[in-house]
Amino acid sequence: MSSSAMKARITVTLKSGVLDPQGKAIEAALKSLGIDGIEGVRQGKVFDLEVAGTDATAARATLQTACEKLLANTVVENYAIEIA
Amino acid sequence: MHAAVVVFPGSNREADVARALRLSGAKVSLVWHADTALPAGTDLAVLPGGFSYGDYLRCGAIAGRAAAMDAVRAHAARGGLVLGICNGFQILCESGLLPGVLMRNVDRRFICHRQTLRVERTNTRFARAYTKGQVIDVCVAHGEGNYFAEPETLARIEGEGRVAFRYCDAAGQTTVEANRNGSLNSIAGIYSEGANVLGMMPHPENFVEGLIGGTDGRGLFESLAA
Repeated sequence: MSSSAMKARITVTLKSGVLDPQGKAIEAALKSLGIDGIEGVRQGKVFDLEVAGTDATAARATLQTACEKLLANTVVENYAIEIA
Repeated sequence: MHAAVVVFPGSNREADVARALRLSGAKVSLVWHADTALPAGTDLAVLPGGFSYGDYLRCGAIAGRAAAMDAVRAHAARGGLVLGICNGFQILCESGLLPGVLMRNVDRRFICHRQTLRVERTNTRFARAYTKGQVIDVCVAHGEGNYFAEPETLARIEGEGRVAFRYCDAAGQTTVEANRNGSLNSIAGIYSEGANVLGMMPHPENFVEGLIGGTDGRGLFESLAA
């Protein structure tokens, strides 16, 4: 990573109401391990990115385009952008 | 009928669909995903089944943005025919050519079995050799075939009569048991607004010769070639 780059994290999650069979399977696996008290699991994805430059506003715009065009399928997924 | 079958890294059903098309009299070319144009005179672009880009990110997500897909989009916009089977259906949804998305099967299992479908519509270039309500016997083989669309989108698809096929039992009933992947409204395939784009999870190309076990898939290729 060059010195003039920013670290960013994009979190992609399923929208509420969209069935998540993988989350359900993980929830069941946790129960079978005897880990109690978990009432729901939703699985998502995390992307760590390095964005050139130091302009956070420009970086956010770039990352938003990346999410809309590829990283998230906005029919079923939400995304959140964090820039460090 | 000149068909162009687009091959992505990880496609694996291009030879089968090419064979089914040729059996019905079509001329077939293979197009590489990085190509920026379809062959001159292409009537039908086909996105075959497989695991393009290893299903990385989401099934069909990366293929949906390949260079050849710009050519497929332009072809569809001109009214050209596009057929996406299995991973091809996923690619069509990811590329925006068809609405909705194919999610993980409801029981999380990869399913691979013979499947009966009900033909919902026959006044299209893809299904005119079938009769409305006909039950056809084909195959499915997928892990992510669970069709999902937002309620307004689903209502629009249904309202415009854009469902091509539904999963059904042998008697043509759309039961929960027959809808193994959990698709909304038992949807197995849908058309675009102009019905020139068809995406479907089942594999009609598997059943075009009696020797292999069935010929019910042949109607689709004969419809196209006629």
